Amino acid sequence: MADTALLWDTVAAVLLILGASLSLVAGVGLTVLPDLLTRIHAAAKPQVLGLLLMLAGLAVVWRSWVWLPILFFAWLLQMITAPVAAHLVARAGYRTRHVKRDLLDRDELADVVRRGRHSEHPADTAPQPVVSPDGSAPKPVDTPVSRKDGGTR
Amino acid sequence: MSTPLFVAAVVAGLLLAVGAVGAIFRIVRGPSLLDRAIGSDVLLVVLSGALVLEMAVNRHTNTIVLVVLASMVGFVGSVTLARFVEDNRPDHTQEAGAQMRPDPSTADHAPRTPSAVKEESRG
Repeated sequence: MADTALLWDTVAAVLLILGASLSLVAGVGLTVLPDLLTRIHAAAKPQVLGLLLMLAGLAVVWRSWVWLPILFFAWLLQMITAPVAAHLVARAGYRTRHVKRDLLDRDELADVVRRGRHSEHPADTAPQPVVSPDGSAPKPVDTPVSRKDGGTR
Repeated sequence: MSTPLFVAAVVAGLLLAVGAVGAIFRIVRGPSLLDRAIGSDVLLVVLSGALVLEMAVNRHTNTIVLVVLASMVGFVGSVTLARFVEDNRPDHTQEAGAQMRPDPSTADHAPRTPSAVKEESRG
């Protein structure tokens, strides 16, 4: 019987250490990653999987069916709210130009943002070379030049 | 406290501490308000993890309510900051020419600036 308890405690210890290691991943990612979007990517790891593993370890320690719905409720709330916060932070970061464009492979949102600006402000409909046809982001140097061309055309 | 849980307390505590230090580093360094928002999110989830670890090691259920509440309302701060964030940087090197043009010879430069500011703060 004592061996069984020791076995359960070992499983719980492994789960707790795995969950905490995702916190390490987030800390390292927030320190070294270069961009707002990549930092959001790193920050979402302990919010979902890390909390799930640590709550699973806690459930194994408790070994009580009564507390299991409470733990699941905590994880479910985190699963609902963490993507909302990450999505809104990323959206605000894109629109306030905190995204490093040269790190992107494709920017499919640029067309949508330009079209929304087009429909709300018809004066801003000068052709803007935001995305070239192969999907690569333009160099920041030649964008004001072509804006000036669009104004005089 | 059994031996595996003692090991878990030490190792997982150190890992959580490294995560908290990284989050505090990002809150201090910045560069933008949104970076600080996601840093505070990570700090909150590290705090939840520390509460869970302490409950597991000491085998009690006292602070599970705090973990549930942190999961429930933790996103409100980030959402609020993301709603009201603005861009006041003078240099627009990331997406040059998208909002304000530095060329004063353009005819419609002056009436565009207030609408551009409103557009940026819309989130």
